[in-house]
Amino acid sequence: MKIAVCVSHVPDTATKIKVGTDQKTIDPSGVTYIVNPYDEFAIEEALKMKEKFGAGTEVIALSVGGDSNKETIRKALAMGVDSGILLKDENPRDSFGIAKALAEEIRNLACELVFCGKQSVDHDNSTVPQILAEFLNYSCISVVVSLKVDGNKVTAEREIEGGKEVVEAELPIVIGAQKGLNEPRYASLKGIMAAKKKTIEEKPAAPAEGLVEVMIMKKPAEKQPGRILGTDKSAVPELVRLLREEAKVI
Amino acid sequence: MAKKILAILEQRDNRLKRTAFEASSLAVRLAGELNLEAEGIVIGNDVENISEAGKYGIKKVIHFKNNNLSNYSTSAYTKIISDYAKEKGADYLIFSGTALGKDLAPHVSVRINAGCLMDCVDVKISSGEVIATRPVYAGKALIDVKLKSAVKSIVIRPNVFKAELKDENAFSEIEVINIDNPDLSAKVTEIKKSEGKLDVAEADIIVSGGRGLRGPENFHLVEELADALGAAVGASRAVVDAGWRDHREQVGQTGKTVSPSLYVACGLSGAIQHLAGMSSSKYIVAINKDKEAPIFNVADYGIAGDVFEILPALTEEIKKIKS
Repeated sequence: MKIAVCVSHVPDTATKIKVGTDQKTIDPSGVTYIVNPYDEFAIEEALKMKEKFGAGTEVIALSVGGDSNKETIRKALAMGVDSGILLKDENPRDSFGIAKALAEEIRNLACELVFCGKQSVDHDNSTVPQILAEFLNYSCISVVVSLKVDGNKVTAEREIEGGKEVVEAELPIVIGAQKGLNEPRYASLKGIMAAKKKTIEEKPAAPAEGLVEVMIMKKPAEKQPGRILGTDKSAVPELVRLLREEAKVI
Repeated sequence: MAKKILAILEQRDNRLKRTAFEASSLAVRLAGELNLEAEGIVIGNDVENISEAGKYGIKKVIHFKNNNLSNYSTSAYTKIISDYAKEKGADYLIFSGTALGKDLAPHVSVRINAGCLMDCVDVKISSGEVIATRPVYAGKALIDVKLKSAVKSIVIRPNVFKAELKDENAFSEIEVINIDNPDLSAKVTEIKKSEGKLDVAEADIIVSGGRGLRGPENFHLVEELADALGAAVGASRAVVDAGWRDHREQVGQTGKTVSPSLYVACGLSGAIQHLAGMSSSKYIVAINKDKEAPIFNVADYGIAGDVFEILPALTEEIKKIKS
């Protein structure tokens, strides 16, 4: 069986975001890029499936974007993914455009099990797994925190408000991985060395017309620092009074 | 006949959720501004309070009914809504950005060739076009976006848009459509509720704890204050990664992005990932020994003191005024 894992290359969550001169995208100068944190759970789960299914199972990492996305693919390879494919497009794409490119390739590869992070921590749409599944005509379970694949049968738990839903579906399927699904492994030195020998195939991403137009990007209004009411419990009554009378929130 | 704007009204445990009325109000407002007809859609079996949508200005609700549809099914819900939207030529769909709405909206959107704007925190009309504002990079920046597609899906962040009461005595007309063979190729077979606690994504007040609590055994101080306030318990990434608290409580960039009316940060310093996820809260209270902690930069009110002293005193004071 072939397993696809879709990875995206995003600014480190510790990065300060500055708006670029085009006022539509971020200023990339000084930004460190990392593997999208949710994709690490997707990679780990794909590798666990490979261990479970054994010989003949192949895990392929796919990423849509520019040359720099190869760093993220390389990290997936170092964790144990077999090979990578960069679907190249230096221009930013919306979720439909990304899913379109992934779908074309995954269809060619005939992967029955597809893992994605539940969202990318850049544009935070949390839509690629679902859109991809629609394009492929696969089932989809998003925000997954536990997964079992038994023959064709897939049983997953997905996080909802105040609990979890147990969902049953069948292969082929797209899974959106949520934190809590597993503990992603660290790339070993051996893995990092091996990754250097693995291939990353490059091909142009299938063309797609975006549906979302960004008109302007801006920073949220800076909050004025508030008042320090004191340094011990004697400040508590004043705090409660302000919350009731000024903020009117309790 | 005016074109339609459909508000997807979510039910859980056979009752419409509060977020359903937020979606109703936005649909009614946009219908007025764009000269459309707002209609509600409910999928479920016996849903008790559908007609309440009328109070928020929704005149008619279509109730798709089947006894296997009480629980969510991505496949069935997607098919029902997209078939109906196509049949009626709906122009706009409004979803709530709940676990259900966030899963469902992109599926439906692909089927009906709609673009989909997720997690919108503001929606306005400019020259006849809908412009939505949505946070990106967990709220470190905001973008104004519009859709180029003819049909448009708008998914709104819970707790941000007001459910505006139009007429206390109005009721929606309900049209029941029985669904014979729903597509249950993906279906929810069980719901495991976590112990009776409010979820941070939906709470109006959140009390969050961080490393300053020194250990999971001290989190009862946060829980007690949350109980007194009727609030949800939140946590910083540091304490979730340390295994003190479950990930579902995590607020911030790899947790949940929240905008409650009151956010009380206890013993957490305010790492950039955390601030991104909560600084859009209406009022923020910070309690932290270190008066240089970044959390004080976003707090409206702060006490630069020891959480172990202040939390019990605050809980007592809240209980006093609530009794």
